[in-house]
Amino acid sequence: MVTIEFLGPIQKDKINLEAQTLQDVAEHLSQDAELKTWIDTCAVAVNDVMVMDLTTKLNSGDKVSLLPPVCGG
Amino acid sequence: MLELFDGAVPVEQTLAKWYKEEEQSNYGAFIPFIGTIRDEDGIEGLSFDIYEPILNSWYDAWVLKAKQAGAIIKMAHSRGDVMLHESSYIAAVFSPKRRVALEMIDEFVEDFKASAPIWKYDLKDGKRLYAKDRSTAIKGAGLLGVKND
Repeated sequence: MVTIEFLGPIQKDKINLEAQTLQDVAEHLSQDAELKTWIDTCAVAVNDVMVMDLTTKLNSGDKVSLLPPVCGG
Repeated sequence: MLELFDGAVPVEQTLAKWYKEEEQSNYGAFIPFIGTIRDEDGIEGLSFDIYEPILNSWYDAWVLKAKQAGAIIKMAHSRGDVMLHESSYIAAVFSPKRRVALEMIDEFVEDFKASAPIWKYDLKDGKRLYAKDRSTAIKGAGLLGVKND
């Protein structure tokens, strides 16, 4: 089981799901209408490390974070 | 040094403290950048969310990069609400000679804008509104949407 958390302005509680890779997460989240406007602009971190590869393997207990567009300062 | 404040960054105290910390360090240049909330578009202020674990690792990478150039970086940022004419951000570079600091402050602030996990909201008419149009997608964004293209 991995945990998906949604950061910043995405008003959504974290969810838990079974996933072996980020590809599995992508498939699950693609069915979530609430995320439709966010998914294409979000960067992704696994256990607080930014990732760029959908084949990234996930282990039970991992945390996947979605980071929407930023604007500090 | 990365410092986060609930509300406005205390500019005078922070700059004085940083100056004091390094006045005997033999740096020839100290270049701060201060971000202040302007009165525009009817806002009452701005508000910020920060995701600290990734902000810390982003900042640590810059500390290392600065060190390799013989410089040091300091940064302060606000959490929560910051009202008009208050400041939400200070970044500073100290270096032996001015050129490194001048170039690094530019590169650092631009990368901060593009990569630091901080989200900005306008405070307007009693609401907290995500500043979507002024926000930048982080490098690599859209990864989870690729399959659906």
